[in-house]
Amino acid sequence: MAKKFMKGCEAIAEAAVRSGCRFFAGYPITPQNEIPEYFARRMPEVGGSFVQGESEIASINMVYGAAQTGVRSMTSSSSCGISLKSEGVSFCASARIPIVYCNVARGGPGIGAIQPAQQDYMQATKASGNGGFRMIVLAPATVQEAVDMTYEAFDLAQRDRNPVLILADGVLGTIMEPVELPPMRSDEELRKLREETKDWALRGHKAGEKKLILPGGWQGQEDRCKANAAMYDTWEKDIQVEEFLTEDARVVIAAYGVSARVAKSAIRLLRKEGYQVGMIRPKTVSPFPYQSFDKLDYGRVKAILDVEMSIPAQLVYDVELGVKGRCKVHTCLRSGGEIMGREYIVNAVKEIYNV
Amino acid sequence: MMKKVYTRTAGIEADMVSGFCPGCMHGLIFKLIGEVLEEMNLLEETISVQGVGCCGLAMEYVTYDNTTAPHGRACAVATGIKRTNPDKLVYTYQGDGDLASIGLAESMSAANRGENISVIFVNNGIYGMTGGQMAPTTLVGMKATTAPEGRNPAMHGYPMHMCEIMNQLTAPVYLERTSCNTPANTRRTKAAIKKAFQNQIDQKGFSMVEIVTSCPTNWGLNPMESLEFLNEKMLKEFPLGVIRDRS
Ligand SMILES: Cc1ncc(C[n+]2csc(CCOP(=O)(O)OP(=O)(O)O)c2C)c(N)n1
Ligand code: SF4
Ligand SMILES: [Mg+2]
Repeated sequence: MAKKFMKGCEAIAEAAVRSGCRFFAGYPITPQNEIPEYFARRMPEVGGSFVQGESEIASINMVYGAAQTGVRSMTSSSSCGISLKSEGVSFCASARIPIVYCNVARGGPGIGAIQPAQQDYMQATKASGNGGFRMIVLAPATVQEAVDMTYEAFDLAQRDRNPVLILADGVLGTIMEPVELPPMRSDEELRKLREETKDWALRGHKAGEKKLILPGGWQGQEDRCKANAAMYDTWEKDIQVEEFLTEDARVVIAAYGVSARVAKSAIRLLRKEGYQVGMIRPKTVSPFPYQSFDKLDYGRVKAILDVEMSIPAQLVYDVELGVKGRCKVHTCLRSGGEIMGREYIVNAVKEIYNV
Repeated sequence: MMKKVYTRTAGIEADMVSGFCPGCMHGLIFKLIGEVLEEMNLLEETISVQGVGCCGLAMEYVTYDNTTAPHGRACAVATGIKRTNPDKLVYTYQGDGDLASIGLAESMSAANRGENISVIFVNNGIYGMTGGQMAPTTLVGMKATTAPEGRNPAMHGYPMHMCEIMNQLTAPVYLERTSCNTPANTRRTKAAIKKAFQNQIDQKGFSMVEIVTSCPTNWGLNPMESLEFLNEKMLKEFPLGVIRDRS
């Protein structure tokens, strides 16, 4: 199939449309404005709806509403705007409403910086709202991956009746790359997919067949939590990870998203100079590929280098859980609008290589 | 031969009790909504969005599709539902804390977009569910647990008149304030609800019925005293009538 040269944000939006997204609501914030802008142009062409919400809070709640009727629905934002969505996301997780949302992350905390960052890892993977729910969180490193993951996200969301988060960053959102777009789902396919939601979705029912969406309640909450937990336990099969040149590695880099992309180029450079360096790149940061770290041969691996655009480090806690103290875990960090540089990683590897 | 002249609406489960306090008007309003939907033959076409407040008690006992929004966000949730299901009747049911305080942006913005939904706004001048805290509609001088000396304009400002505030917008088609303090006004309320629903069916856009009610429990009055307070104080501050009708 022919490739198209597309900007990350727009590619994500087009992939969503092709996967069947027919409702989008969002609020402007840099660096993700091209997502709502694209939907505003595209939705009328496919019979979908776009609403510019009055806030991120309103937008996630519009999506919460639309998705309750079995229509594939999405919202997006960046960092501080994602925080505002957390109550709504938590409601979706509680009431088991399938939605997809995307964080084109920028600097933080607070209003932070509009430049790319990875400061939202903990929020994304551990607590995207109150109540201890979990989500599948996909972390693309290229525009192609962002497209493929967005397309898949709607299927995962519908399968589990749970929110799915695309954790991107400002680099991915704004760069242009050639991509191969997935096939457009036909109206007939979408009708069938919506039909699959008929056991729970709202769309008007006879007395006795009424559908009730419950984001909580005075009774049965423990049972609902147990059912959720049981569903989270099935996600082992959904782990996606790239293990790059780890077979002979003495130093293993842990990185995701844009940092991993820069790290790969650093590794190629280091390899030319004879350094045995590899990388473990979680593509699902939740569920996390602990196993990839667990199975490393710690007779050979002398150190792990956690590379992320976050200060303080956040990914490192998951890495430590996989490494379980079997070797030292170092960090190589940038943030505040500073994009990870290749030289930065090269130097960090050299510093720890012979220690 | 006995003739059946009155029966419970099919909009409410036959075997459930409402759980509202004695003298509370929430139960009555849900009954009116059920009757209207039944008369309009819309029970199977309705998706209702509950705000967060005492109205949550009705979640289980209405017979039609029902969801709960996060506190204040009902108009946004209804927007998402209605945009994707233009053929369904979508209404929100919200208290004064829900609609006029935490949800002010969502309520005003939905009204301003002329969203084709119907809003049932139940103004009892207090936060009922959480135990009597001050609401944006609490009367001047009226005591609340968070205004123990009574609402003081110097500190708390004045009660908000949502119908009049929304009347500043161009898009809404129908804004009426009613009450359930007398049988006549209760009938008037039912007619207003019906009109709001009919406007939606006719694609006319945003309608809101504000119903001024009581909260005996948190007003610290018995049901009869509450009715007096409603008649003498609440309705002075919130005069009844059609604020806008462009339908
Ligand atoms: C985000 C959030 N904040 C606060 C609450 C607690 N809360 C529940 S109901 C309510 C007030 C309800 O008052 P009102 O809307 O006037 O309804 P009433 O009970 O009086 O009918 C509050 C503050 C909540 N559920 N969610
Ligand atoms: S607390 Fe007030 S509003 Fe709530 S059910 Fe009781 S009387 Fe009604
Ligand atoms: Mg109230």
